[in-house]
Amino acid sequence: MDNILNQIGIENYIFLSVILFCIGVFGVLYRRNAIVVFMSIEIMLNAINLLFAAFSTYHQDAQGQIFVFFSMAVAAAEVAVGLAILVSIFRNMHTIDVSNLKNLKG
Amino acid sequence: MIQIPDLANANSIQILFSVLSIFTLATAFLAIYSKKPMHNAIYLVLCFTSISGHYLLLNAQFLAFANLIVYVGAIMILMLFTIMLMNLNNEDEVHKPRVTRLGAIVLFCLMCVVLIAIFVNSKPIADGSYELTGDDYQSINVLGKLLLNEYMVPFEFASVLLLVAMIGAVLLSKKEKLEK
Repeated sequence: MDNILNQIGIENYIFLSVILFCIGVFGVLYRRNAIVVFMSIEIMLNAINLLFAAFSTYHQDAQGQIFVFFSMAVAAAEVAVGLAILVSIFRNMHTIDVSNLKNLKG
Repeated sequence: MIQIPDLANANSIQILFSVLSIFTLATAFLAIYSKKPMHNAIYLVLCFTSISGHYLLLNAQFLAFANLIVYVGAIMILMLFTIMLMNLNNEDEVHKPRVTRLGAIVLFCLMCVVLIAIFVNSKPIADGSYELTGDDYQSINVLGKLLLNEYMVPFEFASVLLLVAMIGAVLLSKKEKLEK
């Protein structure tokens, strides 16, 4: 079994992850809908996971994949709690526009 | 430096990687840019599926299927249900002010350029050759042994974290009783 990185190269995976991460940052800044902001955070997490997996193949070490596994568990917990918070915000304020959530502003 | 891939001599794996990458980036961008929340979610499902394809290309089967199950199966269903529960229609979303949007676009371009420039000029530790040492490092057998020996305590803590998150989600989304 030939190593995949011989044919593709680690640089291309790095560039793919960087662009994916930047798209996530762009989404957080660009949109007001809180659910879309959540989705952007998921995209960023996935970009980093992909880079972890690529470097795990690069070093031929399984520990990178273990890290991805834990990051998936944390992402699942984060989404569950975050969406619950969003639902309760929506119930109280009838909007999930992040620009309207400024009650703490002095 | 960046090696421009030679499209005429590209083999099937390189073509597959290019197609998958373009698909991933396009669906990720559409997932953010699209107006309707339901379309956002569908595009994000496609994006995560193509990332699973990348894991399969890297021969990380466990991660590919874990990604498919956790992200596409669990997280996106949760998001879809939330969107349906809130019954968001797209008319009431107002855009951010133009300055903020312009700033977001400028920051996106700047971050891309800076990060890519950093990685173009950095040298990898091992140069060039990816010789296989021959030992198995990414089958489920090896991963399971590593996960339950060396990483046993974090593994247990991850399960506690998921339990706490579940309790927290139930508590947060429960309707509060009216106080008298």
